[in-house]
Formats: sequence, C-alpha cells, structure tokens
Amino acid sequence: MNAPTYNFAYLDEQTKRMIRRAILKAIAIPGYQVPFASREMPMPYGWGTGGVQVTAAILGPDDVLKVIDQGSDDTTNAISIRKFFGKTAGVATTTSTMDATVIQTRHRIPEASLHAGQVLVYQVPIPEPLRFLEPRETETRRMHALAEYGLMHVKLYEDIARFGHIATAYAYPVKVNARYVMDPSPTPKFDNPKMDNCAALQLFGAGREKRIYAIPPYTTVVSLDFEDHPFTRYRFNAPCALCGADNSYLDEIVTDDRGGRMFVCSDTDFCEQRQAAGHHGTESAAPHKEKAHV
Amino acid sequence: MYVAVKGGERAIENAHRLLAHERRGDRDVAEVTLAQISEQLALGVDRVMTEGSLYDRELAALAIKQARGDMIEAIFLVRAFRATLPRFGATEPVNTGEMQVRRRISSTFKDVPGGQILGPTFDYTHRLLDPQLAEGFVPEQPAIAEASQAATPRVTDILGRDGLIEPSPQADGDAPVGDLTREPLSFPADRDLRLQNLARGDEGFLLALGYSTQRGYGRNHPFAGEIRFGEVEVEFFAEDVGFAVPLGSIELTECQMVNQFKGSTSEAPCFSRGYGLAFGQSERKTMSMALVDRALRAGELGEEVGAPAQDEEFVMSHSDNVQSTGFVEHLKLPHYVDFQSELGLLRKLRQEFAEANEAVEMQEAAE
Repeated sequence: MNAPTYNFAYLDEQTKRMIRRAILKAIAIPGYQVPFASREMPMPYGWGTGGVQVTAAILGPDDVLKVIDQGSDDTTNAISIRKFFGKTAGVATTTSTMDATVIQTRHRIPEASLHAGQVLVYQVPIPEPLRFLEPRETETRRMHALAEYGLMHVKLYEDIARFGHIATAYAYPVKVNARYVMDPSPTPKFDNPKMDNCAALQLFGAGREKRIYAIPPYTTVVSLDFEDHPFTRYRFNAPCALCGADNSYLDEIVTDDRGGRMFVCSDTDFCEQRQAAGHHGTESAAPHKEKAHV
Repeated sequence: MYVAVKGGERAIENAHRLLAHERRGDRDVAEVTLAQISEQLALGVDRVMTEGSLYDRELAALAIKQARGDMIEAIFLVRAFRATLPRFGATEPVNTGEMQVRRRISSTFKDVPGGQILGPTFDYTHRLLDPQLAEGFVPEQPAIAEASQAATPRVTDILGRDGLIEPSPQADGDAPVGDLTREPLSFPADRDLRLQNLARGDEGFLLALGYSTQRGYGRNHPFAGEIRFGEVEVEFFAEDVGFAVPLGSIELTECQMVNQFKGSTSEAPCFSRGYGLAFGQSERKTMSMALVDRALRAGELGEEVGAPAQDEEFVMSHSDNVQSTGFVEHLKLPHYVDFQSELGLLRKLRQEFAEANEAVEMQEAAE
C-alpha cells in the first residue's frame, strides 16, 4: 500500500509556490479575487480549506500561530485547525492576539488592534460579493473588470426601501483601495472598520471557490453606504458579563427557557486579558432579561 | 454563573474514539477485510475510484471501510490523499477500441462486428431479494467458451466510416492535457476539462441531470450507441528511454451516445456524440455522463441553451460531491457571531414595526 508522507505544513513545496504567487498577485491588486488551483485538503470544504492553504503557504518554522472561530480559540474547528498545524508544521501556537505572527480566523476580527508584521488569514465561503445578485462567474468577473457596481447599490437601496435599513448584518460589502468591491467574509459588520488602514496584512482564502484576495497593510477599506444612510456598526447594548467591556462584540448566551440571556465577549482572548487586568462584569449577577418579544 | 466553554479538544478526541468504536460495530462479528470489500463490493470500489480520481482498488476499499460505507466520505478520503501525490506526467491516450472486452452492448444495431457481449450485468435479473445469498452461498462456476478472436470495433467508428456521425474531435498530441485539479477552472471551459469534471462528478447528480434531458429539459434524442467494459493497457512515454513503456492495465467503462443530428445548408446532417468514461464497471455513471456531455455541447452545436443540464457553469460548479457536501455540511459549524448580528437587526426591525403600529393605533384612537 502507498503509505502517505507529508511535507512541512502539509502542502508540497510546488503547491506552496503556486499559492504564494497567487498571494503576491492579490497583494498587488488589493481586493481583486485571484483564481488559484485549490487542493483537496484533509478537512472538508467549508471548514476553512482556503484559509488553511493560505496559512500553510506562508507559515515558517519561527511563526507563532493563533486560530479563532467565532472569535474564540476554543471552538471545535479552531482547535482542529490549530492541532493540524501543530502536527504537520510543529509551529508554536498561542491564544494571544498580541503574540501571534499569523492569525487564522473564521467570522471575526480580533478586538485588539493588530500590529505591523502580523498576518490575518480569513476563511472565506463565498468570495464573490456580487454572487447573490448575479450567480454567474463569467458575469461577475466582467462587472468587477468594469467596476460596474450599480447592482450592489440598488440592492442596498432596495433594503432601505423595504426595511428602512440596509439589511446586511454580516459579510457587509466593502470597497478596497477605492477600486474593488470585496466580501469581507462572514464577519459581523461590527468588524468592518477594523479592516480599514490596518497595520497587519489581511489575506483571504476561499478553498472551494478557488480564490485568494488580500488587503495590504494601511489600505483604505470603506463599507458601502449612502450619504443619508451612513454605515453603522451593531453590537448589543450591554457590557460583557465577564469583563465589563462595553466596546466589544458580544455573544448572546441563552441561560434558560424563560427569556434569560447573558452577553459575553465573542473574542475570548480579549475577554481573558481584561479579566486578568482586573476588569469584571456582573458575571454571577442575574442574567440580562430581554424585553418580552412583541 | 456562566463559564465559557472550554475543553473542546478532549470532546473532539472522545468523539473520534467513539467513531472508531462504532465503525468496528459488534466486536463479536468478524471484521470486514479490504479484500472482501474489493472483491464483493466491487462496484462501490469502482465508484470511489472514479469520483475519487485515483485508480487504486486497495486504497478505495480502505476508504470505504474507514468511511463506514459512506461513499462520498470515502471519495473525499481518496481525493485528499490524491492531492498530495506528485505528478510525473500524463499517460498516452488509452485505446478503448483495443479493449479486452468483458461486456459490450449496442442498442442501435441488432448485431455488430464482434457481437453483443452481455458480461456480468444486473440487466434482466428479476429484482427479487435472494435469501440464498444471506450466508454461505456458493455460486456456480461461470460458463466458459473459447475466446473470440474477432475484433470489436467501436460502433461509433462504424457509423463514422459512412459519415453518419460527426467525427470525434482529435486532440493535438503535443498540447498539454487540461487538469482542473492543477489549474483553476474558468468559463467557458474546454471539453477536456468538462469531461474531467463530469468524470469526477457525483453519479447521482449526473443521473438526475441526464434524466432531466430525457424528460424534455434540453432533450437530445439519445441512443446508447455502445457501452463497453473491460481492460485497457496504460502506457507512459518515458523521456529517458525514448519510447512508451507499459504501466499495466486498468478496467474502464466507456459509453458512446449517438444523438440527434446536426447539420445546416452548408453541412450534411449527421448524428452527434455524447461521451462517458469511468474506472471499473460504472454503467449508470458513464451513461449519465454521456447525456450531460451532449447537453453541454448545445451551444457548440447551435442549439438553444436553456435547460439546467445545458448550463455549463451550473453543471460544472455543482457536480462535485466533495465540494457540495462540504459546503452543505459546514452549516453544522458554529455561526453564532453572524446569527447574533442578524438577531440584532431583526429585533430592531420588529421594534420599529411595533412602534409604527402603536403610533397608528394611537392616532386611530384619538380620532
């Protein structure tokens, strides 16, 4: 039987070179989706195969890797990916945002500001921001080439006409470097401003859809909006029950079946750092009571 | 008091341990061997090799065992292994005309040179559950006769001699073979990439699409010109020695569909082709593939394009079951950050709705 052997960080060097070329092109054209020959990875499509391939291609033996899913280092998929690189690359891993050189993420951007030299790798399910308006790749590529983004503005306008608000709560489209409209991956729109003028390099990998794109450090990233309906962030209006933070994105925890809720930081590292620094929330106090549903 | 969830690592390990236990099943029942899977569940192995794009019966059998019989999971295991293998090059084109035929049928002619050879087939069996098979059944030895020396030319070649069917497009021998596992796919795709995509595509998906063309969604009047199954030689041109060296033989099923004519004022009418090829004995797969291949040629043949099976982007983007199952099943992963964001928006919209209604009611009451 052909017993398998694997290279550093799993991918063979040829594949890594191919991915690095795609990454360099992506950095050179901020927000542009570069096709790449995505490989079948040993975890399923949809589990972060794009992010994993980008991470595998840029990881060196001295890197310190952090993996988060939903902002947390402890969610099952984050653990699984961290273990994968611990095993195949033997790199140091951490949960500290500050100490990491490479952070792979699904659905969140860490609360703490990233610094120069760090790389944030996003897992992307559908890289095409126009996909739900136009299912054909041949069409959407043409629209990007011509910077023909009217359709997106019409969609946002229709939201306002129907609901009074832009009804996109996550994967909120942005314009990168005043050129390409880009999908920020399904991060809550709360995180969008963090992408703008960020000191770290941001790389986006979509494995199933075979696309890589990037935001180089200190690049302008603007959330799409209208003058009379400016972009707004959303976070539940409560302090974190564990660390008292009033500026972090919160997870809603259902505590009983009678409407009991509590809200805690989604970014576990941020929350733990604050608690270690002596900040406290209500923690054991009665969970926040929602108003009865109307 | 709320404690943040920790210990996912242990939970994962325990889940995998339990999976291994469940995979083994009742430990008093003998463990199934790879040889048993390969020999007695051979068509399942063929499917895993075909859609896994890797001709290795033993690894396919291992994958089926490891996947507890879940075929898509087994295909995924084979694909993930295949992705790590180095590429030395491409073989010479295999010649299915010189196949050691084990089964060969044509539905277009009553008899063809080389004859109709039924071979091992479910066709014409009565689908009655056979209690004899439950245990210890020893089948009769197969009937044996002198092997025929007659050549078995492809039925489409016979039609082709009279110009009744369009010539099979000849690839440029020096042009590199397209490989969508090495180069990202772009549309419109060439036929080599389309056929590769269909060969790797999910049997069920292609079956349904092929069926849809028969029911009128992109009808193309197919006849099973020929289906053949048997062994072909695989050769590889070795630069070092300067000639093609045999690598061994593989089992293939090939289906050539003969479809409705094309033709114009300047071109004599002739039948058109749909092509299917798969590892092992995979008749349903190759027939479905041939129907869909023909449907995807609608544009090239000047037919109206409208049905799902004729839509290249639709078919090729959704045929891969490893991709499909990944994205469908990823909905199991946590999405609570996004869900929270949606909840926030929905609550806001509902509150505004309630306030607007209240205002209307107040106004009505005041009137």
